[in-house]
Amino acid sequence: MKQEIIALGEINEKLLKELKKAGVANIVFCVQCGTCSASCPSGRVTAFRTRQLIRKALMGLSEVLKSDELWLCTTCYTCLERCPRKVETVPAIIALRNMAVESGNINPRHRDIAHMFIRYGHAVPINEENVKKRESLGLPAVPPTTHSFKQALEELQTLVKKSGFDKKVDFGWEGQK
Amino acid sequence: MKLALYLGCVIPNRYPGIEAATRKALPKLGVELLDMNGASCCPAPGVIRSFDKKIWLLTAARNLSIAEEMGLDVITLCNGCYASLKEANHILKTEEEKRKEVNMSLAEISREFKGSIKVKHLAEVLYFDVGVKAIKEAVKRKIQVKAAVFYGCHLLKPRELRPWGSVEKPTFLDEMVKVLGAESVPYRDKMMCCGAGGALRSGALDVSLNIVCERLEAMKEAGAECIVNVCPFCHLQFDLGQRQIAMKLGENFNMPVIYYTQLLGLAMGFTPQELGIHMNATDCKSFIERIGI
Repeated sequence: MKQEIIALGEINEKLLKELKKAGVANIVFCVQCGTCSASCPSGRVTAFRTRQLIRKALMGLSEVLKSDELWLCTTCYTCLERCPRKVETVPAIIALRNMAVESGNINPRHRDIAHMFIRYGHAVPINEENVKKRESLGLPAVPPTTHSFKQALEELQTLVKKSGFDKKVDFGWEGQK
Repeated sequence: MKLALYLGCVIPNRYPGIEAATRKALPKLGVELLDMNGASCCPAPGVIRSFDKKIWLLTAARNLSIAEEMGLDVITLCNGCYASLKEANHILKTEEEKRKEVNMSLAEISREFKGSIKVKHLAEVLYFDVGVKAIKEAVKRKIQVKAAVFYGCHLLKPRELRPWGSVEKPTFLDEMVKVLGAESVPYRDKMMCCGAGGALRSGALDVSLNIVCERLEAMKEAGAECIVNVCPFCHLQFDLGQRQIAMKLGENFNMPVIYYTQLLGLAMGFTPQELGIHMNATDCKSFIERIGI
């Protein structure tokens, strides 16, 4: 069996500090029991192991920020509910994902969803097919959301600009009405 | 009682039948629904929150401020919207620093988070405020069908802010389904995730479909004739997911997927067409024939 050696240079001491800053300091209580992995719906159909992800984060291996595995968690919270040490597993994964996006690691499909959210105020916007369905059900053709109120959408877009979310997900405002 | 209806994305833009069913059924139980004009995506707890917690909290705060202006508690029809709005509401009510920061941004769009309302899920309103007894009294015809009741994750977990007690073996939704005349069949891994959440469906569709396939197999084995859910994203995953599984894996489950207010609407005497049941990706014709409507 090949021994995996982790060199000191691979350890990013800032990672744990940032996780602590993000309010998930209690991952240090993890005793690697594996209850999380055993409860995981994604882990059952893939090689994703929550326990391993938490361990890597604790060791400061920033490879976790680039790994596809980070995005296999469905955020079902079963691991968090069952953890005997009450480790905030899902908030830790979300904090790691935030760091990944911050450092430019985002799946193009996810970027598209973020762009929809900024452009329409909906991660899943209306389409022709559903306008017709709505009309045939006697509902207004377009729902009374940001889809119907221009000012509401502008409010949301102001918040997006203010928070810098547009830059994080490379959203271009050109061509935006 | 009057409530602010939070629509979200998937219901109005992909499954408007759920919106129609809810708007028809709830007033019959004394629940008046008022629109939250100008609300946006909640935003999705596993998607937008995974990208950036700041914009997640800000957007949720803006949505909550719309209901606060109306002076009404929010009703959500989606487990994801429930998670985002309920958790954001709690954070903003209890963490002063975050509230201040959020309100500084909201001031630029002349809004403010005050912390004056509650966020409830459809199931919460029906179970605690309306009550199973009142639901039973509204039933005009019993829907005698074997149902695989599916709760979904974010309705129950994390348990901290939620009113249910048990997250491993809850019974409230089963009770609500049984009272409509249906049988709730026990099945393997009933409390396990549908596989849609956490940006998995968009990011890794194959994995997501493998997960939902396991749920569908267990439901089929247990003899379920339909799935009853209370979340449009679980609904989409089971419904559209079946079509995708048929294309990719060649497996046909033919399992009708029904949102709770659609089943409730049928029991109240509305037609399947009024409730948009025929608009599912999965064929519901045999289901409609089976229940004799």
